[in-house]
Amino acid sequence: MKRVYVNEDWCLACHLCEYNCAFANSGLSDMALALKGKPIYPRIHVEGNERIHYAVSCRHCEDPICVKSCIAGALSQKDGVIRIDEQRCVGCFTCVLVCPYGALAPSEAGVMQKCELCLENASGEPACVRGCPNRAIVYEERGEAV
Amino acid sequence: MKSYCIIGNGIAAAGCIEGIRSVDPSGEITVVSEEKHAAYYRPLISYYLQGKAAPERMGYGGEDFYARNGVRVLYGRKALRIHPEQRTVELDDGTLVPYTSLCLATGSSPFVPPIAGLDKVKSRFSFMTLDDALALEKAVTPQSRVLIIGAGLIGLKCAEGLSGRVAGITVCDLADRVLSSILDPECAALMQRRLEENGITFCLNDSAIRLEENTAYMKSGAILPFDVLVLAVGVRANVSILRDAGGEVNRGILVDEEMRTSLPNVYAAGDCAEGYDLSTGQKRVLAILPNASMQGHAAGVNMAGGHAVFDKGIPMNAIGFFGLHALTAGAYEGELQEEKTGSSIKRFYTEGDRLKGFMLIGCEERAGIYTSMIREGTPLSSVPFESMKKAASTALFPEKVRRKMFGGVV
Repeated sequence: MKRVYVNEDWCLACHLCEYNCAFANSGLSDMALALKGKPIYPRIHVEGNERIHYAVSCRHCEDPICVKSCIAGALSQKDGVIRIDEQRCVGCFTCVLVCPYGALAPSEAGVMQKCELCLENASGEPACVRGCPNRAIVYEERGEAV
Repeated sequence: MKSYCIIGNGIAAAGCIEGIRSVDPSGEITVVSEEKHAAYYRPLISYYLQGKAAPERMGYGGEDFYARNGVRVLYGRKALRIHPEQRTVELDDGTLVPYTSLCLATGSSPFVPPIAGLDKVKSRFSFMTLDDALALEKAVTPQSRVLIIGAGLIGLKCAEGLSGRVAGITVCDLADRVLSSILDPECAALMQRRLEENGITFCLNDSAIRLEENTAYMKSGAILPFDVLVLAVGVRANVSILRDAGGEVNRGILVDEEMRTSLPNVYAAGDCAEGYDLSTGQKRVLAILPNASMQGHAAGVNMAGGHAVFDKGIPMNAIGFFGLHALTAGAYEGELQEEKTGSSIKRFYTEGDRLKGFMLIGCEERAGIYTSMIREGTPLSSVPFESMKKAASTALFPEKVRRKMFGGVV
């Protein structure tokens, strides 16, 4: 399946992906209205140190330990995409405890949120990828682990 | 055609069904379920009391889970014994369920402590099942004084669930601190304070020596009046069905990495099973939901003739009360290193070049990176651990590892 991949050689640490993510998932049509002057809760975040940077979001693991560990049945895997039902999440942090990528974090409401590849929002394809100015984030097919 | 029998209907059983179906789309699957509910997420019962979860939204795998997977569920039936020679399971109504392979997903039962006068207490509950939670909910009123015996995960989750719905909640425990199985004294004190700030009263380092219908007489001399008693002193793995059939048990049903018991064609998974704990290298019952799910899946794959191992089981707990979360994993063995801020504590246990375990309270961010370091046996010499302790980040892994994580197949 198509996934989001990053190339740390190209990441400029501009954090635009975080803003594009928060906007795409805001449900609003105006970026300023959605984000200006507010703390943002993106589902992708730029990590790194003095030398390198890259963006981290859900890897959509083929064998997802988060789904198997969720105590509420809030995480599920359909057609390879790991989704979270924020209505069902009780905010226990078990998924945060098990995700090796650190790809889940609480939303403003206190339940967990994660990248769903923008398949369900108005963007329709990963907004982080579309908005990356240096093509450091791509959305493509690279095969499966097994 | 193969026929599979699963005794038990919790998360291990659900994982087993999925494991079987990943290999064999057509074999017959029969689930023997003592509880009259479809498989559900048991840890949600305290959230149900809080109004954050509802029985109709607790189920596993959607409403068509059994239909989709071609599973016959025998509700309200108890498996009495296994006949390994005949390869049948005998139920309490006399039915014999034949099997090609069998999975024991029998879970655990609340341990009932031998306290004098316990039989005099009419309003007495456990807190393990949805039916327990429904019965407890029925029994409490805004005037109820609740006494919970046991300050472990179950007892405290019950206390949080009941908070705000009753007049008072007292939790007593033989141990000198809350959550003594997963937290050290300093972390436990932080959590206890949060619970106390929310109205929960504690009676620690103490035990009930005698009970009357509405009174507990404590070893310390304290007298605790109550209207409702909850017993949450611990659980015992349900092993008797295998032991009676001649199988090997310790605290749990002994299983290998393929989830096989000592009896041919009989597997076990979940809270009833005693498998390998990667963090200590010892056999241990790892009674937590993720392991139940993964063990069940591995058992199912092997039952159906595939090959799967479950060899990365470690203790892991994410437990929170009133907004304060403790995340723990692995074994608390070896050298202790810690990171503290005003509101959080991180403790790491290392042995040689490996992270063995950790305990975090008030700081959850990216904790899974630490967990994966235990599970994967990441050499500490390959990461700047001083920085990693302060803030978990994949950026601290070697470039090759990082590139694989974010650019390679998953």
